[in-house]
Amino acid sequence: MADIHKNDVDAISGVSTTGHEWDGIKELNNPLPRWWLWTFYVCILWSFLYWIAYPAWPLVTSYTYGVLGWKSREAIQTDLADLRAQRAAFGDKLAAASLEEIEQTPELLAFARAQGRAAFGDNCAPCHGAGGAGSKGYPNLNDDDWLWGGSLEQIQTTILHGARSTDANAHVGDMLAFGRDGVLQRPEIVAVADYVRSLSDLPPPAGVTPDLAKGKEVFAANCAACHGDEGKGNTELGAPNLTDGIWLFGSDRDSVIATITNGRGGIMPAWSGRLDPTTIKALTVYVHSLGGGK
Amino acid sequence: MNVATKSENFEPDADDDLPLYEARRKIYPIAVHGTFRRIKWALLLVTLGIYYLLPFVRWDRGPNAPSQAVLVDLVNGRFYFFFIEIWPQEIYYVTGLLILAALVLFLMNAVAGRIWCGYLCPQTVWTDLFQVIERMVEGDPRQRREKLKSASRAQRAFEAAAKHFLWLMVAWWTGGAWVLYFADAPTLTMQLLKGEGPMVAYLWIGILTFTTYVLAGHMREQVCTYMCPWPRIQAALTDEYAFNVTYRYDRGEPRGSLKKTEALKLQGLPAGDCIDCRQCVAACPTGVDIRLGSQLACIQCGLCIDACDTVMEKIGRPTRLIAYDTEMNVQRRIKGLAPVTKVFRARTLLYAALIVIVGGMMVATLAMRGSEGLSAIHDRNPLFVQLSDGSIRNAYTLRIVNKQSMPRRFALSVEGVPEAQLEVVGGISEIEDGRPVVAVGPDQTFELRALVSTHAKLPAEASLPVTFKITDVAGGETSIAPDHFKGP
Repeated sequence: MADIHKNDVDAISGVSTTGHEWDGIKELNNPLPRWWLWTFYVCILWSFLYWIAYPAWPLVTSYTYGVLGWKSREAIQTDLADLRAQRAAFGDKLAAASLEEIEQTPELLAFARAQGRAAFGDNCAPCHGAGGAGSKGYPNLNDDDWLWGGSLEQIQTTILHGARSTDANAHVGDMLAFGRDGVLQRPEIVAVADYVRSLSDLPPPAGVTPDLAKGKEVFAANCAACHGDEGKGNTELGAPNLTDGIWLFGSDRDSVIATITNGRGGIMPAWSGRLDPTTIKALTVYVHSLGGGK
Repeated sequence: MNVATKSENFEPDADDDLPLYEARRKIYPIAVHGTFRRIKWALLLVTLGIYYLLPFVRWDRGPNAPSQAVLVDLVNGRFYFFFIEIWPQEIYYVTGLLILAALVLFLMNAVAGRIWCGYLCPQTVWTDLFQVIERMVEGDPRQRREKLKSASRAQRAFEAAAKHFLWLMVAWWTGGAWVLYFADAPTLTMQLLKGEGPMVAYLWIGILTFTTYVLAGHMREQVCTYMCPWPRIQAALTDEYAFNVTYRYDRGEPRGSLKKTEALKLQGLPAGDCIDCRQCVAACPTGVDIRLGSQLACIQCGLCIDACDTVMEKIGRPTRLIAYDTEMNVQRRIKGLAPVTKVFRARTLLYAALIVIVGGMMVATLAMRGSEGLSAIHDRNPLFVQLSDGSIRNAYTLRIVNKQSMPRRFALSVEGVPEAQLEVVGGISEIEDGRPVVAVGPDQTFELRALVSTHAKLPAEASLPVTFKITDVAGGETSIAPDHFKGP
């Protein structure tokens, strides 16, 4: 680097140059603006004060605490307490009201739906989708078909205890693996699959002539216990209605055969220990309103 | 700063050798008296009067509504302007106002150049006020110069302190008036006096006190010359027919002292009316020498006209050596042609027509808008749901607005989907003519979830236009919101 040329003074401005020159253009050695320098000095002073006042320097096993005793963890606890206090007016009402009262009070419903939507996004969306549309194996919560019942109380029970979860009060009811366990033989499975599809008027694939009589016979002997004689399902056991247009695991012939062969039983965790009762209430109301409820 | 635009005799400017950045020359304009100064006084009183007093004007809107004529109610999302009430979803009126403001500025510019800057711009009005205070406390520029030599250091310090104190008072009052537009003015004034006002009010008073003090007290003409984009835009918009503050050099040149010009005239030699007294320069708030031609820093305030006219009257020569005139007329007079005035030109007519159209549209929509509103948002996820009986259902979030100050009931219906069944979620049990009825409180919005399902066979890739409609059960007024119904 060139040293500063004190003697090389710019003729017009009377300022000495730094000695840097590019294509005949010389850099003037103008001082930094005074306001800028002062701002800079104040910033340096400020940083020293900050080190003293706040946690700043890492030590081997700890860190300097700062004379103000401020801690980020305490700050967030205070913020959360503030948030709860702000919500208290409506939150207390929500905690006190029954599910039906919430649905009948428009302002309370709006508040519960807003809180429920947020809780749904945090907890339920990974399986059921952001809008509750579900996917294969994860029920769509926007339709009118409810495996474990669609009333407010039934939805609340499902959220609290889950299905086939570790909770003692969880919904239980597994579909047997009829094929894998050797209960039914392959031709029987195919026949009953064709029969089940015919219940909801699904046409057989081209070139297949279903043996509906045999299927009906197998159904009555093996499936009717859970799904009902007419295949209408049973919400006590989480047995789906087989006569409607909604198929959780697919309605094509191969999917139905696979379901009968291997059995089904999705797991939903229990939320009673993880979410507070008011949040579960809000979630219940939100999910209930998604499809208009039952 | 003196950027002459006389292009006919182009010569390399002597300024070319000067450094690029010139240290600021402080400008202390002299006081002038005359027509344009009187117009400026009147406009200063009117504009500042409106600004400071408008928040205290009352306007009766009935119960449950604020009684302030002009109020920006940020908390409740309302803007009140006398009989007009703007809701957040009608914020496009503000866009319309901004477009109108731009068009009016264009029109003013096409007719009389940067005239907004000289008379109505807040920067000019407050700077004017601050300069009046300065002259009151420290005297006019001549007295200031004398005081620099004669007056004691203590007296000068006292006067400077008094000036800055008065400036800060005006600036503080300016910030104080600003916050009054955002809350009930008398209540807020009392709160502020008792020290119980909201923190944000003090913050904004502080910000506006600071900016007013700095911009009007210290930066002054620098704002107009360097910070404001308008002079640059103006240069592109103006033309040779615009009335600008113009030195009539056809009449003024060659200039010379009073004695010299009189002598030249007696000899029958050419002599102009300008006696080079420099009063026009001394009066200029932006430090312009108007005799160099129209220039960027000139804000068209006309104070140089007043200064020049005063001198011309004293020496018995015709006034308006400097006047609102067009560049074209100066050139025409040099050539011995009669001056022409053309106010109605393509651009002025175009701007005027646009102002009428935009203004007319705003007035028309204001007059025709209903006191209720409806908007619909289709659920994006899922777009549609198949129900157990095979029918298709779409879900929508509807928002009903009741702008009246009394509760109203609206019947909701849907059109466009064959065999549509409409269901509304939550707290709505009342039905009228098969339509669900929703109660909305006074001056409130109500959000609800609407489910529309149909059993009808839809065309493949269906996306049917659907229209939601609310009807006031009592009054019969309706509003509609269009959306789409999606199918598989």
